[in-house]
Amino acid sequence: MVVEIYLLILLVFMIAGALIAVETKNLLSSVISLGAIGFGMSIAFLFLRAPDLAIVQIAVEVVLLVFLIRATIGRDVIPAHGHINWAGLAVVLVLMAGLVFFGVRAFGSLGVFGEPVIASIAEAPSNAYLAGGLEQTGSANIVTSVLLDYRAYDTLGEATVLFASILGALAVLRGRSWAKKRGKEQ
Amino acid sequence: MVYALCFVLFVVGLYCALTKKNVVKIVIGLVIMEYGVNLFLVLLGYRREGIAPILDEKIGPLEFLARAVDPLPQALVVTSIVIGLGVTTLAIALCIRLYEKYGTFDITEIRRLKG
Amino acid sequence: MKGMTVIVKTVTRWVKVFIFLFGAYIVITGHLGPGGGFAGGVIIACSYILLTLAFGKEFALQRLKVGAAHGLDSAGGLIFLLIALFGLGFGGTFFANFLQSRYPGLEFHLLSSGTIPLSNIAVGLKVASSLFLVFIIFSVLRIVVARDGSRSMVQEEEEE
Repeated sequence: MVVEIYLLILLVFMIAGALIAVETKNLLSSVISLGAIGFGMSIAFLFLRAPDLAIVQIAVEVVLLVFLIRATIGRDVIPAHGHINWAGLAVVLVLMAGLVFFGVRAFGSLGVFGEPVIASIAEAPSNAYLAGGLEQTGSANIVTSVLLDYRAYDTLGEATVLFASILGALAVLRGRSWAKKRGKEQ
Repeated sequence: MVYALCFVLFVVGLYCALTKKNVVKIVIGLVIMEYGVNLFLVLLGYRREGIAPILDEKIGPLEFLARAVDPLPQALVVTSIVIGLGVTTLAIALCIRLYEKYGTFDITEIRRLKG
Repeated sequence: MKGMTVIVKTVTRWVKVFIFLFGAYIVITGHLGPGGGFAGGVIIACSYILLTLAFGKEFALQRLKVGAAHGLDSAGGLIFLLIALFGLGFGGTFFANFLQSRYPGLEFHLLSSGTIPLSNIAVGLKVASSLFLVFIIFSVLRIVVARDGSRSMVQEEEEE
């Protein structure tokens, strides 16, 4: 399948970018490699026939890059004494090798890539959404109708989580200005 | 094979989040893990020679039902991407505040200088 | 926070309107093609971030004050919740698409699918104003390098 070959090339590119982002010492370089991984993800979503997701991924990733660069610019890392905890690193590597081994064996039971669950089971809910989406909700974009009509309660939960996290970020960074203003008046 | 590579991406992010001393690197590791999970969810729903789940005037309903990819993982992943943006924003705000209070991003230094 | 050079300011003055228009288009036609509230809201926030980066924080705060952004954010959330409660009142279940059962429009046209475009607009408003507020708060603190090479963070003078 041609799409699988494209996805394999993109995934190798993304893993290389991830390794660079993890290992490099300069913070700005690792943030830019993160941006490269995000672009690769957006192209992968286009190959997987998800245009909605590609738009969201690109826009969110650009905003994340701007925030991360805003946070790391000018704040250099002075590398600390440099002693690596060899015992801890060895334990982490052994545990992760075990995780990779068992995980790859578990994927054997997932089924061939390209044959989703809805092809084999006819009572899956996605088949009902695809078949009845247009008459029941009137929207041509089935993903939007799932997000805002069939599963709108989850979207309410997501709006709540976004609201709470943005309020948390504002509260964490606002405290400084109030303390400084009080300090100036006294 | 594609699933295994996606899992390797997740494990690279997990390694970064577990072993790095710089708190911004830990946040980068969390973001890589989240990319891996989102890609895996969308990979589960792909149908061979599929078309996007958006209706058009030219496609008949029976052919659409036989060829469209799964819309449910796509809806879930839209939710997941936006929530990931919110959580990462909060984490970056915490990093900035840590730098302001302790003068460094290094977590071993912060543990030493507590209070 | 100061702005950028003249070239950036001139290009931004022309381009930011198109980015805003593109984001609004993606929000409104979410039920006809790919897009929806989240993607469009983030793109609208990007146009305001571009304005802040090119012209400086004070200019952007004249265009959209912090209190107004808080108000828009809460209004978006409240409209979304009100649509859900009206669905309970008129349709029988929470979040029922009550407009689709009473006034079904023509398919594949802009005025169709009931409450879905209204929900898209509410969600887009919420996401855009939240991200704009977060970026303004991030740009309040900046790094100052003292004479001996040590760095410290300085609060910029905030005018309320």
